[in-house]
Amino acid sequence: MVHIATIVPISLTVGANRIVPALAIPYPLGNPELPKDKERELRLNLVKKALRALQIEVEKQTVFEE
Amino acid sequence: MRDKKYRVVHYLNQFFGQIGGEEKANIPPLIKEGAVGPGIPLQQALGEEGEIVATVVCGDNYFAEDIEAVAAKVVETVSSYKPDVFVAGPAFNAGRYGIACGAACSAVSKKLGIPVVTAMYKENPALELYLKDAYIIPTGSSVRGMKEAILKMADFVRKLGLGQEIGLPQEEGYFPRSIRVNQFVERTGAERAVDMLLSKLKGEPFQTECPMPTFERIPPSPAVKDLHSATIALVTSGGIVPLGNPDRIEAASASKFAEYNIAGIDDLTPDAYQTCHGGYDPTYANEEPDRVLPLDAMRALEKDGTIGKLYDFYYVTVGNATSVANSQKFGKAIAEKLKAAGVDGVILTST
Amino acid sequence: MHLELGVIKIRDVQFGEETTIKDSTLYVNKNELIALALEDNRLSKADVELARPGEEVRIIPIKDVIEPRVKVNGPGDFFPGTVGKMGTAGSGKTNVLRGATVMTVGRIVGYQEGFVDMAGPGARYSPFSQTNNVALILHPIDGLAPRAHEEAIRLAGLRASVYLGKACTDVTPDELEVYELSPATDTTLPRVAYVYPLLSEGLLHDTYLYGADVKRILPTLIHPNEVMDGAIVSGNCVSACDKHTTYHHLNNPVIKELYRRHGKDLNFIGVIITNLNVTLADKERSSDYASKLVKLVGAEGAIITEEGFGNPDSDLMMLCKKLEKYGIKTVLITDEYAGRDGRSQSLADAVPQADAVVSVGNANEVITLPPMKRIIGELKPAEIIAGGFAGCITADGALNIEIQAIMGSTCQLGFGKLTALGY
Repeated sequence: MVHIATIVPISLTVGANRIVPALAIPYPLGNPELPKDKERELRLNLVKKALRALQIEVEKQTVFEE
Repeated sequence: MRDKKYRVVHYLNQFFGQIGGEEKANIPPLIKEGAVGPGIPLQQALGEEGEIVATVVCGDNYFAEDIEAVAAKVVETVSSYKPDVFVAGPAFNAGRYGIACGAACSAVSKKLGIPVVTAMYKENPALELYLKDAYIIPTGSSVRGMKEAILKMADFVRKLGLGQEIGLPQEEGYFPRSIRVNQFVERTGAERAVDMLLSKLKGEPFQTECPMPTFERIPPSPAVKDLHSATIALVTSGGIVPLGNPDRIEAASASKFAEYNIAGIDDLTPDAYQTCHGGYDPTYANEEPDRVLPLDAMRALEKDGTIGKLYDFYYVTVGNATSVANSQKFGKAIAEKLKAAGVDGVILTST
Repeated sequence: MHLELGVIKIRDVQFGEETTIKDSTLYVNKNELIALALEDNRLSKADVELARPGEEVRIIPIKDVIEPRVKVNGPGDFFPGTVGKMGTAGSGKTNVLRGATVMTVGRIVGYQEGFVDMAGPGARYSPFSQTNNVALILHPIDGLAPRAHEEAIRLAGLRASVYLGKACTDVTPDELEVYELSPATDTTLPRVAYVYPLLSEGLLHDTYLYGADVKRILPTLIHPNEVMDGAIVSGNCVSACDKHTTYHHLNNPVIKELYRRHGKDLNFIGVIITNLNVTLADKERSSDYASKLVKLVGAEGAIITEEGFGNPDSDLMMLCKKLEKYGIKTVLITDEYAGRDGRSQSLADAVPQADAVVSVGNANEVITLPPMKRIIGELKPAEIIAGGFAGCITADGALNIEIQAIMGSTCQLGFGKLTALGY
């Protein structure tokens, strides 16, 4: 399981082991300021990052910033 | 003066139940009439008001080998005696005995709905496991503290037997369980806050009204081995539901989660989906639900072979004021479904 | 800054030919108030109903509660920057209709409004069961976008409050409260600051500082008198239990208490406003900035309140951690969401430095409330407001609902006397 969430400190406190920082509370995988196609690209990249995190072995709680 | 005595059933291990030592740790539960071993001074302390009608004795190893099943057996045995109170131990620092006492109390409380109390040392590993399931009285670390433990337990059993209210942990002397109960008090929160700050600044003792919570830690799951053939599922606490919120998931304090079929759907659109979460500005999620549940991205990655398959169902609840206990319940249930369906990985999104 | 609050006690509210105050009764000209509301053509219909303490009345759904005040003299109008002319609030003379409120009633998005019972077991959970309430029931025109709807309701409530407040401009107050934060003569008194986070998370989660959207500000200093004088307006709902209504801002109890003890056992050195935004970067920036301001003004101790719950718990913990790191001792005021049985964790975030916390109660507590003889507004929304659920309204109109849905029940400014004990 990978947790895509904006408030990383909460995700850490409640015990998620794989965490990918999201963009904002009301639009974790979006950005209303961007044109539609750019926003889709952003979302796709964030999801790809999450899928990469799923494939990495971790020993402890890990935030995947990059 | 009460018409009849309140009835107590006592749980002991093989040693205190006077069956034998370690060599008898494998005995299954048996019942003895009346009080046994430490139950005798316990009965003395209870006097005429209460009666230990029976004592359940079980081997520590027997219990440890199948806690749930043995606890159920204990409940069955206990129920025929129709007790008003169930008391176990004291277990002091004995781990297996502590677990048996805790598990027995927990099962009896849940199945029979009667008050339950046990006693153990603060370092007993069972304490953390059963803290919220029974009143647990602190004891010393060894059997040298038996006399004191029995007196404290008797006091508690008596109160429970007579149906008296149990006060705060610091008043009554049981391990605090952090069960939060509302109460109106004399002074406002602002007044109490200023007082507390001044005490803190002066280096004087003060009592926090809300100790910081701790959360369970679970070991990380192994990595997904082959993404190209993996089935990945989407789950969200962001409240994305079909338009109209057909299962009426609450805007806050969700009492349920829901499962929705997304087979053949490439994109979540505002004419078909909405958010029902009351704790964030819904404008953006209602305009474009994929911003919270990224179905469009996942479908694209399924189509291009990055992932093997996007699971046909997604799961949703609302993480707004929803209790940890409920969240754990939902998480467990969802995980069981996903596991049964052979899903390899999950992306959970939150708002 | 020298502010005189002229307190006019209101003990009753009635409809009348003229909006005026006579013998502690507020008389309201209903038609004038309705016409005033409908000046905003985004609203299609308006009505006014009155609710008094002790009446078997349930008011639902409520968005904001405002205390009518009027600027008698001094810079700016009341609610400067929103419905009033700009000016720095907090000096001169302001009259207050104490014991009266304006409530804006009517569905908005639907999730975040609250209710008040004027009698019965639910009354003690809200301060507004003790006030004489002028409920303004407002309906939007068809197809009005949510943001416009929220703004129309907010401004209508403020305008109504100013209109009622004007009725007391020339009334001799029953009491005079003087607020002047002159430096404490005893310099050994502990220097205490108040850190005041305001919710700013978007539609129905916003707050306004002199009309400025608080999500766009950096943490800043404010004089406590400005808060009493209408500088802060609530746009947010969150959950009814722990949103700061405009009334709560005007009557901030932490400010009141610090003022009361200023020069006696503490030196109240000021108030720092900060926001509660929706990105991690904003939260880090604001908590960094706010804690630095507290350090710059030389505080030794700080009280930190909270608005909302969940992600704002993170802001609260960041502020606590950063202030303590500066050597500034903190006390936090927060409510809890420990589940209906009180057995779940109370907060979504925690830091070990938060060792001094005042709890204003578990918002998930379920309460059973009898039916009320009269409903102002409509009862059905109880099922969808935060704290409500399908089936929480029983056939006869009784409610089985979390206190989360009651206006102000767990206000984290420390307004009420509810707490939670650990068993």
